[in-house]
Amino acid sequence: MEVNKFVEAKSISEAYDLIKADRLNKVIGGGAWLKISMKKAKTLISLDNLGLDYIKEELDYIEVGAQTSLRKLETNKSIKSLSSGILSKAINHIMGITIRNIATIGGSIMGKFAFSDLYPVLLVMNVKLTFFKLGEISFEEYIDIPRVNDDILVNIKFKKNDSLGYFKKVSKTALDFAMINMAITTTNNNFKIAIGSKPSIAQLSKSTMKFLNSQDKLDDEKIEKACDLAVEESNINSNVRASKEYREVLIKTYLKRGIKQVIK
Amino acid sequence: MKINLKINGISKILEVEPGEFLLDVLRRNNYLSVRRGCDNSSCGVCTVLFDNKPVPSCSLLAVKANNHEITTVEGIQEEANKLAKCFGEYGADQCGFCNPSMALTVYALKQENKNATDEEIKEYLVGNLCRCTGYVSQHKAIKKYLGEKNESS
Ligand SMILES: Cc1cc2nc3c(=O)[nH]c(=O)nc-3n(C[C@H](O)[C@H](O)[C@H](O)COP(=O)(O)OP(=O)(O)OC[C@H]3O[C@@H](n4cnc5c(N)ncnc54)[C@H](O)[C@@H]3O)c2cc1C
Ligand code: FES
Ligand code: FES
Repeated sequence: MEVNKFVEAKSISEAYDLIKADRLNKVIGGGAWLKISMKKAKTLISLDNLGLDYIKEELDYIEVGAQTSLRKLETNKSIKSLSSGILSKAINHIMGITIRNIATIGGSIMGKFAFSDLYPVLLVMNVKLTFFKLGEISFEEYIDIPRVNDDILVNIKFKKNDSLGYFKKVSKTALDFAMINMAITTTNNNFKIAIGSKPSIAQLSKSTMKFLNSQDKLDDEKIEKACDLAVEESNINSNVRASKEYREVLIKTYLKRGIKQVIK
Repeated sequence: MKINLKINGISKILEVEPGEFLLDVLRRNNYLSVRRGCDNSSCGVCTVLFDNKPVPSCSLLAVKANNHEITTVEGIQEEANKLAKCFGEYGADQCGFCNPSMALTVYALKQENKNATDEEIKEYLVGNLCRCTGYVSQHKAIKKYLGEKNESS
């Protein structure tokens, strides 16, 4: 990687000023994605000395610093206690332990990867992101705005909940990107469903959620209908990993299993 | 620029480029047990311990390791010998290219979870590829090294 300068930022505002100063100045999280995606940078700005590697439990939320490694999140007891531990499960399906020891939650969110196994989970879990300039926004809002390239993600807040959760990644091998991934949560029969890697970026399945949330009681027929709705609204396509048709079958199969699991 | 590393317990001051990865720096300085395979975090043969945690050195910028501890297989020689014995007993290696990284990852697993189940062993090693053995003999050897009591639970 061609890099002119490496700077250990002394404050978030110093890091912010540096990325504003030049398009080729880049913040580095763990650097695993930059390694394979970036050839050249003028200045790489490290956030390692800013105290952003932490998991802190507050009364009604868990706050995670942007520089926290995926492995630390995956193995954290408080994180495991949220929504049947679906965030830990999703992280567990990303590559091997070695890369999860360096890849950060900040880099995973800022990358806006369409294949991300974390995005569907973050969409169904009531998550807030704090940016240095933009302030606090929900993860759902973040998905809808174009890439936030010139701000710094400082922390991620997970609202505590007693929802039940389901996560599924389908891939050809343990180390491959997903053909599809999905997450479901339910609290008092209020469903949230998100599907990703379609191959486009994860989205909430809003019509499916509305349909499920308006039912008094769910039976097989209604669950089938919900699965059809999810396929209809998901903007599914083909790529080298899987055809559109195969993805549709995968979504129907695993959504049905997921819904049944969380209503048990 | 200069970085301070403690490699296998010995303090070193090394000259590195800002965009250089730890794997290149280690190999340039004759730590040749650290190998290059995929060069993109996918195969695990470049694994070293970074403050006792296994990481892919091909994807960690050397400057990010400044003031940290790095361990290569030479730094865990005694444990690596024990594991090598088990590997020998089960015929669990052929070319040996993956062995240093495998030893470091298994050593890290032992520090983290002495009573790892079959599933936990597989999960921990999923990112360490071996192109020769087919994993079954390695899995048996690793179980033996970890203490033989770790049946599936
Ligand atoms: C080979 C490989 C396979 C992978 N497979 C999967 C997979 O199957 N599923 C999956 O979900 N993920 C996968 N990932 C992605 C991985 O889990 C991480 O999400 C990814 O590496 C980014 O994390 P990082 O810390 O390495 O980020 P970096 O590479 O450091 O940064 C990524 C981007 O985020 C920016 N950035 C980082 N931190 C901040 C911050 N605090 N504020 C503002 N901008 C910031 C950087 O400038 C850069 O643009 C894979 C990655 C690799 C390298
Ligand atoms: S060479 Fe680093 S993981 Fe393959
Ligand atoms: S023994 Fe040859 S790669 Fe593992």
